[in-house]
Amino acid sequence: MNHAPLAAAFVADAPRAKWHDETLWFVRAKRDKAAQSVPEWEELRECAAQIKAHTVSRLADYLEQFEREATRRGAVVHWARNAAEHNEIVLKLLSDRGVKRLVKSKSMLTEECHLNPFLERHGIEVVDTDLGERIVQLAGESPSHIVLPAIHKKKEDVGQIFHEHLGTTAGATDPNYLTEAARQHLREKFVQAEAGLTGVNFAIAETGGFVVCTNEGNADLGVSLPTLHIASMGIEKLVPRAQDLGVFLRLLARSATGQPITTYSSHFHGPRPGGELHIVLVDNGRSDILASDEFRRSLNCIRCGACMNTCPVYRRSGGHSYQTSVPGPIGSILAPSRNPKMFYSLPQACSLCGSCSDVCPVKIDLHHQLLTWRRELAHQGLLSRSKRLGMQAMSFVFRRPALYRLAGRVARWLTPLLPRFMIYNGLNAWGKQRELPDFPAKSFGEQYAERRRHESQRNS
Amino acid sequence: MPTVGLFIPCYVDQLFPQVGLATVDLLEQAGYGVEYPADQTCCGQPMANTGCTEQARPLAERFLAIFSGYDYVVAPSGSCVAMVRCHYDEYLAGQPGFEELKKKTFELCEFLVDVADTSRVDHRFPYRVGLHQSCHGLRELRLASSSELVAPAFGKAQRLLQMVDGLELVTLARPDECCGFGGTFAVAEEAVSCMMGNDRIHDHLTAGAEVLTANDMSCLMHMAGLIRRQGKPLRVMHIAEILAGHSK
Ligand code: SF4
Repeated sequence: MNHAPLAAAFVADAPRAKWHDETLWFVRAKRDKAAQSVPEWEELRECAAQIKAHTVSRLADYLEQFEREATRRGAVVHWARNAAEHNEIVLKLLSDRGVKRLVKSKSMLTEECHLNPFLERHGIEVVDTDLGERIVQLAGESPSHIVLPAIHKKKEDVGQIFHEHLGTTAGATDPNYLTEAARQHLREKFVQAEAGLTGVNFAIAETGGFVVCTNEGNADLGVSLPTLHIASMGIEKLVPRAQDLGVFLRLLARSATGQPITTYSSHFHGPRPGGELHIVLVDNGRSDILASDEFRRSLNCIRCGACMNTCPVYRRSGGHSYQTSVPGPIGSILAPSRNPKMFYSLPQACSLCGSCSDVCPVKIDLHHQLLTWRRELAHQGLLSRSKRLGMQAMSFVFRRPALYRLAGRVARWLTPLLPRFMIYNGLNAWGKQRELPDFPAKSFGEQYAERRRHESQRNS
Repeated sequence: MPTVGLFIPCYVDQLFPQVGLATVDLLEQAGYGVEYPADQTCCGQPMANTGCTEQARPLAERFLAIFSGYDYVVAPSGSCVAMVRCHYDEYLAGQPGFEELKKKTFELCEFLVDVADTSRVDHRFPYRVGLHQSCHGLRELRLASSSELVAPAFGKAQRLLQMVDGLELVTLARPDECCGFGGTFAVAEEAVSCMMGNDRIHDHLTAGAEVLTANDMSCLMHMAGLIRRQGKPLRVMHIAEILAGHSK
């Protein structure tokens, strides 16, 4: 799987790529305004980074504390080593209770684990209740963004999908009309559901509780009607104390959508009366990342999506071009740690502009980690042959100044003499849309030497 | 008189000699002796950015040997200076002279503002100019404030351009977005790279720029390639050419 051809296909639909870029840039601009409204923004980021670094440095202890406290409050805690174990645990909870209909809310982790197709294979209906997620689910796609899952869909696309699946009027594009149709449809699903599954934004070791942030209130609804609530969380979602929440809640919504706070920050501490609460703690490669000095900081991620919105490549290539549940800069760091062979092209899908690192609310040095991944991939022999040979040849020449000067002279002399088709052809990706510069007769080195010669002649 | 070791990136040496000459003039005008060590080639950035660190290592070692004798090392390129200052640790940490080398290596505008303390520029350049903030200079060397951070705004290149008589800096809609060059990225991700470049150019044209400038020739080479192919009405000049009055 390679990012570049998928990105090129996205860019080829120029108006859509432009619209995608502008829509996400609008979100980034909103984020800028929201961040600027907090004078202590940079201190908050630093504070969040330190809390995360601390938590991760004694993750095992905090996880045990969390389990103890959550259990004390009546929740049941499960541990899953990987995606398969997570899915089995969820399935068993559901089938033991004869659940046939599940509503889900805000869980990228279940995307990571491919829970939906797994449950569907076992005869369970799964409905994503976040509006954006429902749209992509009906379209038979995966989310293209972790906060704005259907951001690649225009309202015309949504109208078409709703027309096919929910029976709305053909050609309808009015957001109010379409949202109302979704609301009616989802209400039915909420009422029928026998269990609700949510993700977790923050889990608190001290109290054994957790917080889910949504803008639509769907997490609350999904777990208030049925008696069974399953919460799936990656083990990195922990914060030590309840008082740490303030730091993260202020950063999360501003970074994600430019809101001061998400509309609903729902706190869950134990099951509701008469209900059951099960928390599944999932590793799925996270402890490998924890063990690596270079990539450990990527576990700080609070999944705000700001690095995607700011990334000039993501904005123009669309989330699906990354072929992973978490796309964009952070996804390009996380995915190769699971499968370097499959995701080798993601760390290359980056111009190293560094905007992601500056925007990240928990100060992950994203662009440096992407660079580290390139080194790691080259080390593992996963660099393309052409790149590897090209770099070896360049290095050979650059180590030999006389050869470098000669090669430069030859190239500057030869290239302008070549017929255009020899320079601008399918083999030269530079020249597809770009001209080469005019080649000067003399290099700087040659002109500088002449200048110094003249100066010394004048002075003598 | 302190002596500056002139660090001219390989592609500037071969393709854009006028940028090197403008740099020499600027440094001499500022009262520094300038020497160009003829045996320099490339800082190793293309190899390092591709992950081929073992191909970059010998070039870093040569760089240290060639430049460690000077009072300052100055280059008209934020990106190549960032390679030395922010990425050479991997190859040279602990080697004699390396810590000093990092401290005395400067991007040209940074040197003119922070070391030479330039307070006036004697040239007139009566054009509307769009400044492209090159990413490595911006977010590695911090030559200007970046739009993501909450901090007072500043910019070393802006400061110098504002000293030029008649020059008007235009205001861009996206002040510091990447142009999409990115070294091998420009080739490996050709489609995205060119779309990024075209968007940057469009922003400058919309803002009414007549001249597009930057402190990195690589970004400019990429955008100039697009501009020429499409025949857009925008002149491309390195900031050193404007400041040195080499504007023809
Ligand atoms: S890496 Fe940072 S910016 Fe990106 S999603 Fe995670 S927290 Fe947000």
